[in-house]
Amino acid sequence: MSSATDVSEAKVPMWNDPRVRAIVSQTILVIVLIWAGWSIVDNTIHNLEQRKIASGFGFLGTTAGFGINQTLVDYNEASSYGTAFIVGLLNTLLLAFIGCILATFLGFLMGVMRLSRNWLIAKIATVYVEVMRNIPLLLQILVWYALLLETVPDKRGAFTLIPGLMDINKTGIWMPQPIPEPGFWMTALAFLIGIAAAVYTAKWAKKRQEDTGEQFPVMAATAGWVIGFPAIVFLITGMPLMIEWPVFVETGPMLRRGYQQGEGMVLNPEFVAMLIALVTYTAGFIAEIVRAGIQAVSHGQTEAAGALGLRRGAILRLVVIPQALRVIIPPLTSQYLNLTKNSSLAVAIAYMDLVAVGGIILNQTGQAIEIIGLWMLIYLTISLLTSAFMNWYNAKMALVER
Amino acid sequence: MTRKLLSLALGAAVSVAAVSAASAATLDDVKSKGHVQCGVSQGLPGFSNPDDKGNWTGLDVDVCRALAAAIFGDASKVKYTPLSAKERFTALQSGEVDLLSRNTTWTMTRDTALGLNFAGVNYYDGQGFMVRKSLGVTSALQLGGAAVCTNTGTTTELNVADYFRANKMQYEVVAFEKADEVVGAYDKGRCDVYTTDASGLYAQRLKLSNPDEHVVLPEIISKEPLGPVVRQGDDQWFNLVKWTLFAMVNAEELGVTSKNVDEMKGSNNPGIKRLLGVEGNFGENLGVSNEWAYNIIKSVGNYGETFDANVGPNTPLGISRGVNGLWSKGGIMYAPPIR
Repeated sequence: MSSATDVSEAKVPMWNDPRVRAIVSQTILVIVLIWAGWSIVDNTIHNLEQRKIASGFGFLGTTAGFGINQTLVDYNEASSYGTAFIVGLLNTLLLAFIGCILATFLGFLMGVMRLSRNWLIAKIATVYVEVMRNIPLLLQILVWYALLLETVPDKRGAFTLIPGLMDINKTGIWMPQPIPEPGFWMTALAFLIGIAAAVYTAKWAKKRQEDTGEQFPVMAATAGWVIGFPAIVFLITGMPLMIEWPVFVETGPMLRRGYQQGEGMVLNPEFVAMLIALVTYTAGFIAEIVRAGIQAVSHGQTEAAGALGLRRGAILRLVVIPQALRVIIPPLTSQYLNLTKNSSLAVAIAYMDLVAVGGIILNQTGQAIEIIGLWMLIYLTISLLTSAFMNWYNAKMALVER
Repeated sequence: MTRKLLSLALGAAVSVAAVSAASAATLDDVKSKGHVQCGVSQGLPGFSNPDDKGNWTGLDVDVCRALAAAIFGDASKVKYTPLSAKERFTALQSGEVDLLSRNTTWTMTRDTALGLNFAGVNYYDGQGFMVRKSLGVTSALQLGGAAVCTNTGTTTELNVADYFRANKMQYEVVAFEKADEVVGAYDKGRCDVYTTDASGLYAQRLKLSNPDEHVVLPEIISKEPLGPVVRQGDDQWFNLVKWTLFAMVNAEELGVTSKNVDEMKGSNNPGIKRLLGVEGNFGENLGVSNEWAYNIIKSVGNYGETFDANVGPNTPLGISRGVNGLWSKGGIMYAPPIR
């Protein structure tokens, strides 16, 4: 045996040895790739210099000079380009965050509805899914925006959505804005403590049930910790929360009538249209993912649970959903990433997201390469963080083998 | 498999090397490809606007056509690239277009930091405001609290911010990328005010559902010299574009029009003789034929003719010459002499 190995090693010349060839060819490939990448960078720098185009990130510190109509942090025309960029980033994150949450709810609802035994409900969900995911998103955004502007009253009027709380007109949805006063942090802290305590209580109750079989009212305890406890702290500290109401002016010069800027909270029509479009579009895909997840749980599981005497609700909650989630979470992550990246279509209807604000900066400063680099870096970071979180959640939900 | 990857990588590397070899002599490029690639707007009546057959017309388009006439003796040898405000400079910098003639304001940053050169001014503009008549507003100083629709990435956006800040008025800016989107949103009532260059206001008003219900306010809040732009570092091309403009203005001053240009060739006026290439070799110094200005005037017309045909009082825009008149007639249009 050993002599055969010796013979083969002696006979194969080095250039015919598959291992050597693999290493050599891959090394050459890597060198060529590095050289190609380097020459792209080098050419770019050289061309920029030759065409006398300024480069570098120094521009981020200079005064922006343009206004933005939705700012989550302090921003005015005298702020820097860097601050403007952060404003855009936060607007993107806000849209993506709220969008993901609402799309999940709507998607789950539609997915479960599609499996309903009620013919009408199932068909409604089917039509919803097929319509929503088969029309291009950009078109849906434009339609929602146009619909919104065409149907609601103009600036000097208002249509009441929730009496006394929420009105809509062409400048947006107006509602009261809660403004925390000094001391509100204690309520916020109580809320966080409440969540931690609720999680701990739930774990303890589960362990106790496994040990002794005795049940504990977990729902009531959770509600107490998460709502009751902060509420008590809020009352004790003297309700440190101010409500700023929107102000509607009906007389005076035409231009001054309507809701006054800076009073109360307003959701721009651009934000509302983006949110509706992103949520309804993504929910169409999530509905299918949820349906696939639920159908992936074999029917025998449901029957076995039924044979054990569990009721329908309990079967769904304890047997079907936990197993379905394992199938649902990985594609759901993709949908979250899609929604976040699709939010960049906001530029079509003047929602001041990362791409819109970056585009303004790009045009005012001419720093195309720097801005595009920042865009890519930021979207990559957001996507990787979302993936990391969803992977963690997936690992937690994955089948625990004992 | 490895061999395939290798050849792919080599191919990519070769193409990278090829890109770096792009030359700076725009005139030679243009001559060899046989047309001028001209960056224009996505549709601004009077300046650069396609008709229903796809033919571009307008004051800015005439600069492109004049340039083609100067180079090829044929004003139709132009291809147009419609560009948004955001895309325009990158398209010029990267060589996608040879010339940007897209109602672009000459500012210091654009002239010095973007690797671009402004080759002159073909329209002196200023920013104005348009509102609905029903608002009862008579002055821009009454616009406090207004929602203002505008274009992103323009000097307009910066001027409006400056103006409202300087006059301590509150406002909400709603900025769209395309001019059509701005007009659409203003028309639907998203904004109380539409702001852009005054010429643009008159042009875009034609697109509104009820043009008569809107009024342009008297205030002009900025200087907006609009002109063609070229890449920095190609002086020959820069000179050619610059003198194409000057030739059109000089022609108007000397009374040479597209109709009388052939008779004018026999004129005794030495200025006209030099302009039309009867005397001297001014065209050759630019790298084109000595007939360059004759071709421009014959096929496109002098500055006054293109102004009247595209934006003048007898067009839907109905803009009077004003500051865009010749210096000798109360305006500020002035061209250095050809000698």
